[in-house]
Amino acid sequence: MSANTLRIELVAEDAAVWSGEAKMVIAKTVEGEIGLLPGHEPMLAILASGEVRITLPTGEIIKANAEDGFLSVEHNVVTVVARHAALI
Amino acid sequence: MGAQLRVYRQKIKSAQTTKKITRAMELISASRIYKAQQRVAAATPYDRAVTRAVSAVATYSNVKHPLTTEPERIDRAAVVIFTSDRGLAGAFSSSVLKEADALTSLLRSQGKEVVYFLVGRKAVSNFGFRRRKFEQQWIGGTDLPQVDTAKAIADAVLASFNTEASEGGVDEIHLVFNRFVSMIAQVPEVIRLLPLEVVPGMQTPADDEVFPLYEFEPDVTKVLDALLPVYIESRIFNAMLQSAASEHAARQKAMKSATDNADKLIKNYTRLSNSARQAEITQQISEIVGGADALSTAGDED
Repeated sequence: MSANTLRIELVAEDAAVWSGEAKMVIAKTVEGEIGLLPGHEPMLAILASGEVRITLPTGEIIKANAEDGFLSVEHNVVTVVARHAALI
Repeated sequence: MGAQLRVYRQKIKSAQTTKKITRAMELISASRIYKAQQRVAAATPYDRAVTRAVSAVATYSNVKHPLTTEPERIDRAAVVIFTSDRGLAGAFSSSVLKEADALTSLLRSQGKEVVYFLVGRKAVSNFGFRRRKFEQQWIGGTDLPQVDTAKAIADAVLASFNTEASEGGVDEIHLVFNRFVSMIAQVPEVIRLLPLEVVPGMQTPADDEVFPLYEFEPDVTKVLDALLPVYIESRIFNAMLQSAASEHAARQKAMKSATDNADKLIKNYTRLSNSARQAEITQQISEIVGGADALSTAGDED
């Protein structure tokens, strides 16, 4: 994994929804929207139900719905864990 | 047809009918193990992510939370037993119940009272038969666990955990279920769910190591409050999935040996019926020969 991309794992309770490399992630936490770039400090946040937008290194954007879960960041690995999650 | 022969034919027929049923159950279970295993695999990323997050909080913050701190005195412990709804799965349910009994006597020897939460019709009927009390039961659908059931169980045990011991609450929660090891091995396993003890998959940092500074949003306590019920639910769901996969594997194994036994029975009875038929024929021949002999001797005398 190179230092300037994020590894994203989007998992729902009964299946892994999406995983891969990305440039940026925008997710909605209970405190508001948060944008994560590579090199972000370790973090654990509670998700508010809403959209997760993942910007791929190619510039393409993947959108997913996630509700009832949390988000963790650690060493450029972003894990979005939601009870219900689906790609749009 | 002689009476003996008829009895054997009857037994062969009955064994053949049984064999048809056990063969069908074996095939059904065999096809379902695969699906059950896939579901275990599908739920694993979620389980792993939740576990990692919980261990991150537990390791990288020194916050005191009722779910993570060990109470000074444990008066009552809850045991959640995962069995199946239906039998014909060999020792599947009984081995779990036996394990639960061993756990019960261990807890009792430590001076703890034990309350039970039962999953699966077999556990409920076992407790009913032995007139033992239990707190709550969930029956139906053990072979195809649903997230909603896991949530219901998690809510019930958490509610009990959050109640004071003096008001009938529990201080400790154990799960007893069959872990799916392979198609031929399912091991009954006990894990202590609460208070959290070992969080697997995370080495504890050395004393001189600097903790990565974790940011919690909104704050540590809130994150833990939200995270722990999810963790509990995910562990329970995992136990249910493991148990379901084990149930199918145990049933397939039991039905395979039942089919083999039916085969053996059919073979033995066929041998017996053949010799009975042969004996009958021999007898008839000797009767005819004897009769003819008697007649010809009688004719000679005339």
